[in-house]
Amino acid sequence: MSIDGRMLPRLLLGVSPAGTIGLGEHLGLHGELPDPGRGRGGAALIESVERAGLRGRGGAGFPTALKLRAAAAAGGARRRAIVVANGAEGEPASLKDRALTAGAPHLVLDGALVAAEAIGARELIVCLPRSAQASATAMTQAIGERRRDPRRSVATRLELVPDTYLAGQESALVNHLGGGPAIPTLTPPFPTERGIGRRPTLVSNVETLAHLALIARHGSGWFRELGTRAQPGSTLVTLGGDVACPGVYEIAPGSRLEDLLDAAGGALSPIRAFLVGGYSGTWLSSETDVVLSAEQLAPLGATLGAGVIFALAADACPVAESTRIVRWLADESAGQCGPCLHGLEAMATAMEQVAAGEAPPGTGERLSRWQALVAGRGACGHPDGTVRFLRSALGVFAAEFADHAAHGRCADCAQPSSLPFPGGGRRATEKPVLR
Amino acid sequence: MSIRLRVNPITCEAHGLCAELLPERIELDDWGYPIIDGAPVAPELVLHARRAAAACPTLALLIEELPRRR
Repeated sequence: MSIDGRMLPRLLLGVSPAGTIGLGEHLGLHGELPDPGRGRGGAALIESVERAGLRGRGGAGFPTALKLRAAAAAGGARRRAIVVANGAEGEPASLKDRALTAGAPHLVLDGALVAAEAIGARELIVCLPRSAQASATAMTQAIGERRRDPRRSVATRLELVPDTYLAGQESALVNHLGGGPAIPTLTPPFPTERGIGRRPTLVSNVETLAHLALIARHGSGWFRELGTRAQPGSTLVTLGGDVACPGVYEIAPGSRLEDLLDAAGGALSPIRAFLVGGYSGTWLSSETDVVLSAEQLAPLGATLGAGVIFALAADACPVAESTRIVRWLADESAGQCGPCLHGLEAMATAMEQVAAGEAPPGTGERLSRWQALVAGRGACGHPDGTVRFLRSALGVFAAEFADHAAHGRCADCAQPSSLPFPGGGRRATEKPVLR
Repeated sequence: MSIRLRVNPITCEAHGLCAELLPERIELDDWGYPIIDGAPVAPELVLHARRAAAACPTLALLIEELPRRR
């Protein structure tokens, strides 16, 4: 379902829970990918992506044109660049990459081929999480359908990657695909400079690539008809929590959270707060009038991140829920960098003590100090993201944390987690609900 | 030549020699890992900084040469 009926959906056009869009149907919906032409094709495409202002949809929001340009500059006939379509989606509350790859795999492949063309790559690796069976089936079928394409010049293969939070982190994915563990490496050098087998590697989120496929067809002006100045185009979000119709939605940045909730049939109960971005995102009180755009979220210390929006019911315990997330983030640390390994563990333990009303004196001060101490000191952004989440939890739920610190667990603490965790069964829906 | 310090947080194992050899610029956090800012190292400390980098058992303390100002 689209919120702006006139111009949406773009990526989810024709996508339904009923099945996957095959190659014939895909071409009927979107048309043929235009011939990139010779020689200047790559540079012209990168310029078009730059004018479109496309930013990565995996969470970090890095300008796609910069990445393309870096990979194109580093690659050459002797050191061919590689394209990695990143659908690892380790964010537990996010289903949008699964939905996209299961529903419209050809749009993702189109985008990856466009990127390959732009940077002179002849190899494409599509990465999906091991648990995403529907996506893997759809992608395998889509890659198979294209084997018959006589113009095929990009060798494509599917790789299933671990279901960990960090497996989708760019350097971790490259590390894994190069035969190492799926944990981050020190950057720079960035994968665009030195990636798989020391070759320049463009790692791009699958949704980002799908946008690329549409920009190649319709141009940058068309792309900018939706969204805001800083966040042009449409974007996929996963709406979860206590709403009538949770699932994956395509929205135009700049639209109001309230409108998204309306489209989802409204909340099922009073909402205490919304988690925006993902598990390293930001809690926003439901009293805030939230506009879903980079510009409007920045003053609130938030970004759309990986597109997660989770509505926490007022009868859930925000202290217990937030503490579980920090514990999970600590456990998902790759354990390589001391400040992350020890700092996140210390913060998770302190929060568990606060939640139980068993925190020793000075815990609040220690939590503040540790936040400042671990940020920016990991090889990847994991400690920073954890601090961002923790800070927003302690801010938005300050009264509840104070209450728990003084009186121990509340009546709602014993409720099962509202937030999904891998293995916890809540993400068991192999087939994401599409709206 | 101006330099600055950087730590590779993956290889650093909190031996702490760097903080002993260059206390003017390096202190240790609660868990023994060095806290290093990216500011250029003062000329009179450059030799000590290089010594600290060379002494690191895991070679996690990195010296970055900064381009000379024109």
